[in-house]
Amino acid sequence: MHSISEGLIKAFSLIGSFDADLLKIIFLTLEVSGVALLIATALGLPLGALVGLRKFPLQRVAISLMNTFMGLPPVVVGLFLYLILSRSGPLGFMGLLYTPLAMILAQTILALPIIASLSHSAIVNVDPIIRQASITLGATPVQVTLNIMKEARYGIMSGIIAGLGRVMAEVGAVLIVGGNIAGYTRVMTTTIALETDKGNFELAIALGIILLVLSLAINMFLHLVQRKGALQPIR
Amino acid sequence: MKLNVSDINKSYNGKAVLQDCSVSFEKGAVYALMGPNGSGKSTFLRICALLETPDKGSVEYLSGDSIVRNDIGLRRRITLVLPGVGVFNTTVHKNVVYGLKIRGLSKEEIRRRADSALEFAGLLHKKDHNALTLSTGEGQRLGIARAMVIEPEILFLDEPTVSTDQENTAIIEGIILDMKKKGMSTVIITTHDPAQAERLTDRVLIMRDGKIIEQKSP
Ligand SMILES: Nc1ncnc2c1ncn2[C@@H]1O[C@H](COP(=O)(O)OP(=O)(O)OP(=O)(O)O)[C@@H](O)[C@H]1O
Ligand SMILES: [Mg+2]
Repeated sequence: MHSISEGLIKAFSLIGSFDADLLKIIFLTLEVSGVALLIATALGLPLGALVGLRKFPLQRVAISLMNTFMGLPPVVVGLFLYLILSRSGPLGFMGLLYTPLAMILAQTILALPIIASLSHSAIVNVDPIIRQASITLGATPVQVTLNIMKEARYGIMSGIIAGLGRVMAEVGAVLIVGGNIAGYTRVMTTTIALETDKGNFELAIALGIILLVLSLAINMFLHLVQRKGALQPIR
Repeated sequence: MKLNVSDINKSYNGKAVLQDCSVSFEKGAVYALMGPNGSGKSTFLRICALLETPDKGSVEYLSGDSIVRNDIGLRRRITLVLPGVGVFNTTVHKNVVYGLKIRGLSKEEIRRRADSALEFAGLLHKKDHNALTLSTGEGQRLGIARAMVIEPEILFLDEPTVSTDQENTAIIEGIILDMKKKGMSTVIITTHDPAQAERLTDRVLIMRDGKIIEQKSP
C-alpha cells in the first residue's frame, strides 16, 4: 500500500520534471515503433492489395497464412530473431543483436501481418462496382487499384493503427533482441518489466501511466477512424 | 467513331445470355435498347463498352474505315454509366473530376468542364457533399455528369431513369437531348419506357432472350 502511493507520487514528479532518462525511453519507443510501422505499412499494404486484387495459385493459402501470422506470439518472434542475429546465427556477422535496429526488425515482423491482413479484408470488401466504374471512366489497371485502395482507406487506416497498438504494447520480442540496455535499447515496456523486477517502481509506474495514455489515445483514434468509415450511408 | 458489333455470343455458367447479336451504331445518333428483364441488355452494353469480352463475335470501333485498336486510348473515348452508378466515397466534385484527373488534364480545363457538368446536372450546390449521401436521382445525375466531363464519343447509359422521379427524369433526358443536338456523341441507353425512347432516340433495338429481334424507328 505504502509503496503504491509513494510510487505514484514519485512517478508524477518524474513526469512533471521531464526526467531525461524518461524522455529518452519514450523517444526511443516512438522511434522504434514508428519506423517499424512505416516499414510494415510499406510492405504490408501492397501485400494485402496484391493478395486481394490479383488472382494467383495458392491465394487461399496466402490469405490464411496472413491471418495466422497476425497472432504470432511475440516471444517466439523474439526467439527466432535472436537465433538468426546472435553471433553464431546466419546473420550474426551483422552485429545487430541488442541494437535498436533489431528491435525495429522484430516489431516490423509483428505489425506486418496485421497491416497486410486488415488491408486485405478492407480491400476485398470494396463493392465490385467501384472497380467497374473506375474502368469505364478510363482508369489504367494501376489507377483502378489505387482507386479501390482509396475506397478502402478507413479499413486500411484501422489496420495501421491496430499495428501500432500491437507493437507499442509488446514486450517479449523487443526484450529478447534489444536486451533493455540503459540509454540504448530501453523502451517503455521493457523498462517497466525490468524495473518492476528490481523493485524500482517509480520509473515503472511513470512509464506505465504514459503507455496507458498513449494506448488510450491510439484506441480513441482507431475508434474515430472506424466511426468515420461507418458513417457513410449505404444506398 | 462508329461501332460495329457482329455476331456476339456470351454465356454465363453454360447459360447463353447473348446469341448472335449484330448491330451498327452510327456516329452522333441516339439509340434505345429495350426488352424484358433478363433479356441481356446490360450484358450487351458491358460488352460494347469493353468491360467484358464476348465468347464469340467481335466489337469493333471504326474511325473512318479503319479499326481503332482496343487499348486504353480507345477505352478513354467511350464510357458506360452502370445501373447503380458506383459513386466513390468522396465529394460530388471529386467524383466528377476523377476521369479528368486520371487523363492528366490541366487544372483550368478540369475546372471548366467540372463546373459546367455540375451545373448541367443540377449538382453545383452539392459539390462538396459526400456522394454517398445523394438520393438515387441525384446519384444518377452524378453518374451522367461524371461521364459527360470526359466528352466521350460514345456514351452508354444503362437504365439512367429506372428509379428517378419525373423531375429527375426530365433533367436526365434534357442532358441526353442536349448531347443529341450537339451531335458530338453517340448515345446508347437502355430503358423500359417506350415514350422515353420516342422522346430521345433515333432508333430502337428490341432484345428478347439474348437476341436482337427488331431494329426500328421509335
Ligand atoms: N455476371 C453474371 N453472372 C451470371 N449471370 C449473369 C451475369 N450477368 C448477367 N447474367 C444473367 O444474364 C441474363 C441477362 O442479364 P442482363 O442483366 O443482361 O439483363 P437485362 O436485360 O439488363 O435485364 P434488366 O432489364 O433486368 O436490367 C440474366 O439471366 C442474368 O441472370
Ligand atoms: Mg439491365
